[in-house]
Amino acid sequence: MRTIIRRAVAAAVLAGTLAVTVGGAFAESTADEIAKYREALQDGNPAELWEARGEEMWKAPRGPSHVSFARCDLGLGPGVVKGAYAQLPRYFPDASRVMDLETRLVWCMVNQQGYSEADATKTKFGNGSAHRSDLEALAAYVTAQSRGVKMNVALDEPHVRDMYRLGEKMFYYRGGTHDFACATCHGDDGKRIRLQDLPNLTKVEGAQKAYTTWPAYRVSQGELRTFQWRLNDCFRQQRFPELAFGSDASIALTAYLAGRANGAAYDGPAIKR
Amino acid sequence: MADPMKIRANLVGDSTEVKVLMSHEMETGQRKDSDGKTIPAWFIQRVKVTHNDKVVLAAQWGPAVSKNPFVSFKFKGGAKGDKVTITWVDNHDDTRTDEATIA
Repeated sequence: MRTIIRRAVAAAVLAGTLAVTVGGAFAESTADEIAKYREALQDGNPAELWEARGEEMWKAPRGPSHVSFARCDLGLGPGVVKGAYAQLPRYFPDASRVMDLETRLVWCMVNQQGYSEADATKTKFGNGSAHRSDLEALAAYVTAQSRGVKMNVALDEPHVRDMYRLGEKMFYYRGGTHDFACATCHGDDGKRIRLQDLPNLTKVEGAQKAYTTWPAYRVSQGELRTFQWRLNDCFRQQRFPELAFGSDASIALTAYLAGRANGAAYDGPAIKR
Repeated sequence: MADPMKIRANLVGDSTEVKVLMSHEMETGQRKDSDGKTIPAWFIQRVKVTHNDKVVLAAQWGPAVSKNPFVSFKFKGGAKGDKVTITWVDNHDDTRTDEATIA
C-alpha cells in the first residue's frame, strides 16, 4: 500500500515537472515564432507606402495658404526633417508649448498652411483607403528620416523636464473602472495580452525597445499607427476617458517614454502584428 | 487613382531579386461593416512583371492575399540599368503600372 502511494506521489511530482518544462518551452517557442514572423515581414514593411505618401505631402504646397512644410520647424530649423524625431517632444517658443511630432505637424498645418484646427485633425487615425490620415503618412515620412539616429530628448530643458515628470506621475497613476495604471501592464517582465509580450517600460531597455519602434505598421489593422494612436488605444484598454489628441496629457506621457528611450537608436517605422 | 508601388530590383549574382510593395485594400467580400452590410470584394486579380518586354512573372490572385501585398521573386537574365515593369489589375478594372531600374 505504502509503495503504491509513494509511486503515485512520485508520478505526480514527475508529471508536475514535465508540465512546467513543456509550458516553459511552449512559451519560449511562441515568442521565438513571433520574432521569426516579424523578421520575415521586416523586408516588405508596408510602412514604406505611408512614408512615400508622406514625403509627397511634405514637399507639396498644401492648404488654403498653399504652402509646403518647407517652413515647418520641427526643432532643427525650417523644413529640416533629418534627425528631428529623435529630439521630440521639445519646447517650441513660437507655440509656448512642449509638442510631440503630431502636435507640431498640426501646428504647422494651422499656422502656416491655413487649415482650421478641426480640418487638420479631422482624420487623426486612418481607416482604409476611404478614410486615410494625412497625419499618419506625414509622421511615417518624418520618423523614417531619423532611422539610426540616437534618441536625444532634452530633459535638461525646464519645460520638457516638467512634462517628463508629469508623464511619470501619469504612468503610475491608478484609475478608471479597472483601477489600472500604465504600470499595471507595463511594470513587470513577462506580461502579455493574448500572445503579445508587453514591454516592461519601467526598465530602460524595455522603454527603448518600445519607443524606438513606433510608429509601426499594424498588420492586423492594415494601417500605420503613430505614438498618439498607441497611447490613445492604451487608454481605451484601461477604460480611461479618451485621451484627447495632442493634449498635454498625451505629450507628457510621450515625453516620459521618449526621455526614457534616450541613448537608443531610433528604429522605426517598424512592423508589428 | 491607386498609390504608386514601391519596387526594389537588385542584381544578386546572376539573378535579379525583385521586391514589390503594392498599396491595395484587398477586400475579401466576406467582411461586414458596422451596419452589418457586406463590404464588397475588391482585390488585385492579375499581376504581370516584364523585363525588357519579356514577361518574367504572371500571376492570378484571389481574395486570400493580404492588404498592401508584398511580392518577392528572382529571375535570371537581368543586367544593371535594365527596366523592370510591374502591372496589376483589380476586379474593378482599376490598374497601376510602375517601373524600376535594376541596381
